[in-house]
Amino acid sequence: MTAPMSIQSPTPNSMPLLQISNLHATVADREILKGISLSVNPGEVHAIMGPNGSGKSTLAQVLAGRELYKVTSGEVLYDGKDLLAMSPEDRAREGVFLAFQYPVEIPGVSNLYFLKAALNTIRKHRGLEEYDAMDFLELVREKMQLMEIDQALLNRPVNAGFSGGEKKRNEIFQMAVLEPRLAILDETDSGLDIDALRAVAGGVNALRAPHRSMIVVTHYQRLLNYIVPDFVHVLSQGRIVKSGGKELALELEASGYAGLGIEDEDEVARV
Amino acid sequence: MSDSTNTIETFANQEYKWGFVTDIEADAIPRGLNEDVIRLISAKKQEPDWLLDWRLKAYRHWLTLTEPTWANVHYPKIDYQDIIYYSSPKAKKDRPKSLDEVDPELLRTYEKLGIPLKEQELLAGVAVDAVFDSVSVATTFKAKLKDLGIIFGSFSEAVREHPDLVRQYLGSVVPASDNFFAALNSAVFSDGSFCYVPKGVRCPMELSTYFRINAKDTGQFERTLIVADEDAYVSYLEGCTAPMRDTNQLHAAVVELVALDNARIKYSTVQNWYPGDKDGKGGIYNFVTKRGACRGVNSKISWTQVETGSAITWKYPSCLLIGDHSVGEFYSVALTNHWQQADTGAKMIHIGKNTTSTIVSKGISAGHGQNTYRGGVKMLKSATGARNYSQCDSLLLGDQCGAHTFPYLEVKNTSSQVEHEASTSKIGEDQIFYCRQRGISTEDAVSMIVHGFCKEVFRELPMEFAVEAQKLLGVSLEGSVG
Repeated sequence: MTAPMSIQSPTPNSMPLLQISNLHATVADREILKGISLSVNPGEVHAIMGPNGSGKSTLAQVLAGRELYKVTSGEVLYDGKDLLAMSPEDRAREGVFLAFQYPVEIPGVSNLYFLKAALNTIRKHRGLEEYDAMDFLELVREKMQLMEIDQALLNRPVNAGFSGGEKKRNEIFQMAVLEPRLAILDETDSGLDIDALRAVAGGVNALRAPHRSMIVVTHYQRLLNYIVPDFVHVLSQGRIVKSGGKELALELEASGYAGLGIEDEDEVARV
Repeated sequence: MSDSTNTIETFANQEYKWGFVTDIEADAIPRGLNEDVIRLISAKKQEPDWLLDWRLKAYRHWLTLTEPTWANVHYPKIDYQDIIYYSSPKAKKDRPKSLDEVDPELLRTYEKLGIPLKEQELLAGVAVDAVFDSVSVATTFKAKLKDLGIIFGSFSEAVREHPDLVRQYLGSVVPASDNFFAALNSAVFSDGSFCYVPKGVRCPMELSTYFRINAKDTGQFERTLIVADEDAYVSYLEGCTAPMRDTNQLHAAVVELVALDNARIKYSTVQNWYPGDKDGKGGIYNFVTKRGACRGVNSKISWTQVETGSAITWKYPSCLLIGDHSVGEFYSVALTNHWQQADTGAKMIHIGKNTTSTIVSKGISAGHGQNTYRGGVKMLKSATGARNYSQCDSLLLGDQCGAHTFPYLEVKNTSSQVEHEASTSKIGEDQIFYCRQRGISTEDAVSMIVHGFCKEVFRELPMEFAVEAQKLLGVSLEGSVG
């Protein structure tokens, strides 16, 4: 399958930021990804859609380096480098960010403290000076306004006792602070009511930039009304079965996955 | 999943950094225990008759006792006749009169431990009464304390110079007959620290003892007695280390605290005895009785402990809240890694009116470590309006370790309140992955989570100790999660 390149691309003819070629991955000896190829240029937003069990979340986790999944063949180049050879933390430091479908609670560790530690390891990796408390707070205040996030949330332990909406908003807030080059949003819309969805999407849109690419994984078209993608890919049984522009999502909305001849599959990949 | 479990295991393989042996000629008596051995110990220390009688009485009582088996710990039977009950670094002639006369080899040992006495005397503002095996080697800052009327030094010295004070308080909180290990200690205790803070005096510096077991196969039976007279305040730090040995060593200490009207005692411990190797061979048996009596009104005793060492820990710092409005506190972090076992907690006995107590216990288990919290709260009939709050949290690293909680509550007073909260959590592979996805390494993630878990306790430690404790925890856990 060839990578979708179109005149809609904001930075045509540039080298892809992410180049996935024939990626196969298994969990517990069961093959979930069966040859994914995808090319993402700087500034592009790609939506990955598909029914439960199609391998969407697995793809997101494999890109982030979750050890639960074994890559059996294929290649992923990130900024020209072998992404699969990097540890999860090195991927993060190189600018890969995963907004988790189920953000984990870390009791006893304040959100702010956590974020400062993360930001400073990333800055250190990039040869930048680490932020002191003052610089960091200034940055946080600025991003807080952008993301419309409550200060009280920042002083609480990471995700502990957060509502579903707060967790998702916190993920996007972290993304705003860490300023990744490749953001992977894994079902960021799941469990959100319409107001929360609008707020989260607003945050994501504010972070769209010519140098930043995004992969938006979602089951439903609804999110894509707010985060309008450049490309849409439909995943089924571990393969991309259809690619197109944003209108493909609307088509799916009208006909359902069944309209493409796709059945719901068991989500064995869910963690 | 097995990958991450492996990393959890490999993270636990940090070697014991404090395991070196100092080559000093030791003055030891033959192994074994009988009345003659006790007489010999007493004679070597030139003790008065009343103390020898006290020891012998304790010994005779000990013979009638059997070793307790109720604790959730398992170890081969101890042969009490195979222990050397007294060992002291051989002095050239007499006891050293100043640091300059102390065996330089000994001083180097302390330097390795990070407590260079000389520097400390000048810089740190900590008065250290260093117990090396059984005899106190050097006491710093004594002169300065003396000006304030504070008595601080080795137990033996206190027996010689302040016999009346020692006689008045020795065994008044932990009687010689209290329990098996306390009775043994009372019979054979070799040295320890003594501190008396007179009326109205606030001790201007942290007092500190650094215990260290050096000689092979010796038990260390130190005895600490701290008395804070009316309106007095003292903060005491106790740190412990032992060299690596492949046999087990017994450490049965007794600590007694007495607080009179409005007095406050803060007692902090960082216990880093040799925990045994990663297969569970060797290590210290740490069987300790620690108890404080809040005798006066408004008195307060606060125990803070960070326990990362020992093969087996058996200890329950307690407060007898006798004076009305007296306060007892216990803050604890206990870590068990590899094959370590800990059965520890606190006892709060409410006797006076409106007495309050707080117990905050944090247990961390890694490797095959077994961590038991055992706490007792008693509200006697006289304890009108008394309150207790207990919180005990367990954190598990990996899936081979265990956490157990046994709270005992006994309430005989309808106006008192007892609250108990408990939680168990696990550092999960998902938490670690979440941190790594944000750029934070596994080790930093574990240390961040563990530190977050222990925060409430570390807050209670004196500044320099808190830093030390944090480092120690990091070292003890290195390699244990992935």
